[in-house]
Amino acid sequence: MADLILKGELLVTDDWRFLDADEPIPNLEQSLVFPFTRWLDEHEQCINHPGHKGVALENTDCVTRLLSDLDELQLICIDFPSAVDGRGYSQARILRERYGYKNELRAVGEVLVDQLFLLKRCGFNAFALQADQMVCQAPKYLNPFSSYYQ
Amino acid sequence: MYQYSSVDQRLVEERVVQFRDQTKRYLKGQLSEEAFRPLRLMNGLYFQTHAPMLRIAIPYGLLSSEQLRKLAYVARTYDRSYGHLTTRQNIQFNWLKIEQVPDLLADLATVQMHAIQTSGNCIRNITADHMAGAIEGELEDPRPYCEIMRQWSTLHPEFSFLPRKFKIAMSGAQNDRAATQVHDIGIQIVRDPSTEEVGFRILVGGGLGRTPVIGKVIRDFLPKKHLLSYLEAILRIYNLAGRRDNKYKARLKILVNSLGIERFTQLVENEWRQLKDSSLTLDDFSITQFRDHFQPFEYAPATSGKDAIAAKRNNSPAFSAWYEHNTQSHKVAGYRIVTLSVKAPQQAPGDLTDVQMDGVADLADQYSFGQIRVSHEQNLILADIAEADIPALWRELVALDLATPNIGSLTDIICCPGLDFCSLANAGAIPIAKQINARFDDLDYLYDLGEIKIKISGCMNACGHHHVGHIGILGVDKKGEEWYQITLGGSAEENASLGKIIGPSVPKDDVAETIAKILDTFIANRQDQESFLDAVHRLGIPPFKEAVYG
Repeated sequence: MADLILKGELLVTDDWRFLDADEPIPNLEQSLVFPFTRWLDEHEQCINHPGHKGVALENTDCVTRLLSDLDELQLICIDFPSAVDGRGYSQARILRERYGYKNELRAVGEVLVDQLFLLKRCGFNAFALQADQMVCQAPKYLNPFSSYYQ
Repeated sequence: MYQYSSVDQRLVEERVVQFRDQTKRYLKGQLSEEAFRPLRLMNGLYFQTHAPMLRIAIPYGLLSSEQLRKLAYVARTYDRSYGHLTTRQNIQFNWLKIEQVPDLLADLATVQMHAIQTSGNCIRNITADHMAGAIEGELEDPRPYCEIMRQWSTLHPEFSFLPRKFKIAMSGAQNDRAATQVHDIGIQIVRDPSTEEVGFRILVGGGLGRTPVIGKVIRDFLPKKHLLSYLEAILRIYNLAGRRDNKYKARLKILVNSLGIERFTQLVENEWRQLKDSSLTLDDFSITQFRDHFQPFEYAPATSGKDAIAAKRNNSPAFSAWYEHNTQSHKVAGYRIVTLSVKAPQQAPGDLTDVQMDGVADLADQYSFGQIRVSHEQNLILADIAEADIPALWRELVALDLATPNIGSLTDIICCPGLDFCSLANAGAIPIAKQINARFDDLDYLYDLGEIKIKISGCMNACGHHHVGHIGILGVDKKGEEWYQITLGGSAEENASLGKIIGPSVPKDDVAETIAKILDTFIANRQDQESFLDAVHRLGIPPFKEAVYG
């Protein structure tokens, strides 16, 4: 996971901890991101975590399964296993536009500066850019166009 | 035709700036070839056998004379003075220098042109009937809706990285010249039999390529206002559920076939219910605004030129043949639709020189309200010619070598660039077109055969649409040699069907001779004035197979 996250137009250090598949859930008031399967399988424990809660989705996961939990989540990460695999764009729009998810929606994985303007328009507001990207210049790639048709 | 607003104009200019930056980073080594690839493809830039190739969008095949002149300028300035019309009504230039492409795109932007989404796994140039707005019996002109879809699909944030490319075509006439049944989405303008309302019939999952499939109806009637929400529902289901593990199984047709049309329809309809009355809904006012861009021209009162044409036909058999084959009736009395054959015997089908482009632009200004259409059959059309001007236009077209009287005949061949240019091809396509032209140079024989559509592809990707050729020719590689598989009985029109293979592939030098045997069989078995396609459908493959393989 990249250390610097582009949030809105600002670069910030990430204060979330991403939990592995088999790591015990720490009982601390800490911001934790749960893998989607753990969120479902260990739902009670996850949702009762005292700190901020996030979920990390694969791009094959069905976002509808988070519907009843959206108010509990401060972060949803959607993975882009490859920059040219566009499923995450649809997941993001469904979460934002259909289910009204309001908190941080973060693109992770192969996230490249040239995708930022598309990701942003699908509702992502945070971006964990791939390590080789020019992170400092990333904000200028958010808005290459003055307006769009959609 | 549609004229850009300041918003449209700014978007294409900003796209040039964006691509210039991407190209610069690539040339400086800051973007790897792998990272640059999807970015350049989404702007129509391929790295081909000899040089970079750029495909430029001609939305629904419509050009102004000013745009065509700019393409002539591009051909002269950046290429070897010619361009190639494609089977998606686009034009491509084959001999470019990558560092010049941003400047070329900036030149195009000055005439409201671009290369956006002419390749890549996104929604491609939307094609339409090349006779739209001029042909008799059209329910409605499809082009305003094509422009609506063009705008909706341009830089669509959700659908820029689909499983595979995505092609949409629309037709508003009884005769389907847009091949709507072999597109990912085919849209036919229809009238609801119960309410008389005009709307759309939507087909999905058609396509050519490795797995040719005729599209299936997903909705018999869709009110106009729901066009975009319905498309968005189809695209979303495809984006989420289409296969991405194998590029040959990634097109929509594979998803539709694997789920079955009933299940796919159910998924789309469920999705659509959520999107139906969203901001994508088209109101009457905006539809009217788009339609206003495509209003009929102010045609002159019907001063019939029939006498002048009859006189000219009497004293010039060449004119007479051209008139009969390359012109057709217009919806307005006193006018004709003229097809310019970009299929002269010696040239590669669809290749157009800068001189021809400039010449056609001038003719369009003089005779056809300044507009030109490109057909997916790789010809040009001047759609609104007063009959009285026809003889003079013919003389000019002869001088430009665009009056070969072969439209609809055996030598009006659709052909991909093939091995001569394309890095995907297995075999040549253009040399086969030339071989056929050399073998069948007797026009009277061609006229006697009637309408025959030959379509040639240099590989399974089927850019030459061989599956839907009355005679389809597919180049295959056999141990380093070019061989050709022949299919008969395909059609992309309202009676859409896929051609059937007649037997083992034939060597390159034997293609024209094989076709001669097929044609002899047709002549010998033809009933009255039966068309070739009807005869193939009636007779089936066996007599042709027998004639070719003995």
